[in-house]
Amino acid sequence: MTIGLAHYLAVAAILFTIGVFGIFVNRKNIIVILMSVELILLAVNINLVSFSVYLHDVVGQIFAMFVLTVAAAEAAVGLAILVTFFRNRGDIAVDDASMMKG
Amino acid sequence: MALQAIAFYLMAAVTIASAFGVVSARNPVHSVLFLILAFFSAAGLFVLLGAEFLAMLLVVVYVGAVAVLFLFVVMMLDVDFAALRQGFAQYMPLGGLVAGILAVEMIVVSSTVATNGAASANDAPAVATDISNAEAIGRVLYTDYIYFFQAAGLVLLVAMIGAIVLTLRHKPGVRRQNISDQVARGPKTGMRIVQIKPGEGISE
Repeated sequence: MTIGLAHYLAVAAILFTIGVFGIFVNRKNIIVILMSVELILLAVNINLVSFSVYLHDVVGQIFAMFVLTVAAAEAAVGLAILVTFFRNRGDIAVDDASMMKG
Repeated sequence: MALQAIAFYLMAAVTIASAFGVVSARNPVHSVLFLILAFFSAAGLFVLLGAEFLAMLLVVVYVGAVAVLFLFVVMMLDVDFAALRQGFAQYMPLGGLVAGILAVEMIVVSSTVATNGAASANDAPAVATDISNAEAIGRVLYTDYIYFFQAAGLVLLVAMIGAIVLTLRHKPGVRRQNISDQVARGPKTGMRIVQIKPGEGISE
C-alpha cells in the first residue's frame, strides 16, 4: 500500500501523545519534562513538513525551521535555569520550585 | 513503492519506540540517547517526505547541539534520579488512559483531514522539480520571510545572552585583569622613593 499523508499525521499524533504522556508520568523530573516538550515540538514539525509536502507549498517547511529555532532557544534557556536552580538548591525536584516566587 | 513503505514503517516504528523510551527509561542518560535516536529517525522520515534540508537541519541542530546539551546537563548535575521517579506508577494508568484517548482522537481527525481536506487532492508527494529542496526554501526564506528570518536570529541571540547571564558566576577570590587601572598607572602611583637609614632595612 502507498504511504500517504494520513500515515505521517498518525506518526506525528502518536509522538505528540507520547510527549504529553511523558509530562504526565514524570512530574518531578524536569529534565525528562524538557525532553518531552522537545518530542511534542518534533511532532509539530512532522505535521508541518508533511502538510507542506502534500500541499506543494514550501512555506510549511520554513515555519518548521522557525519552530526548530525556538525549540533550540527554549532548550538552552530552560537548561540554564535548571543549572542555576540546581546550584541554589542542590536538587531539581520541581515541586520545590514554588520557592521561586517573587 | 514497496521499498518506500518498508522504509516508512521502519523509521516510524523506531521513532515511536525511542520516543516511548525517552519518557519511560529509568536512567536519564538513556532517555537522552533515546531522544537522539528519535530525532535521527524523524530526520529519516523527513528525507522520505522530500524535505532533505530540514532533515539535515534536524540532525545538526537537535542531535548535534540540543541533545548534547541535555546529555551535558544530565551528566553534570549530581541528582538522585531514583527519587524523582516516585509517582511514576501512580500516574501511569490515568496518564496512559488520557494519552490513549488523545492519540485515538488525533489520529481520527488527522485521517479525516488527510482524506477530505485540501491536501487530499495531491496523492503523491511533490515530485522533485528542477530546483533542490534547499534552493526552494532559500528562495522563499530570503525574500518573503526575511524579517522573520532576522527575528529568528534575534531569538537565538537573546537565548544565548540569557543562558550566559543565568549561568555566569563571579568567584570572589579570582584576580582579574583591570585594564583601566593598568593604563592609569604612572610614575606617581607606580613608584615611591624611600629614604633608608643605614642598618635598618625596609619593612612594608
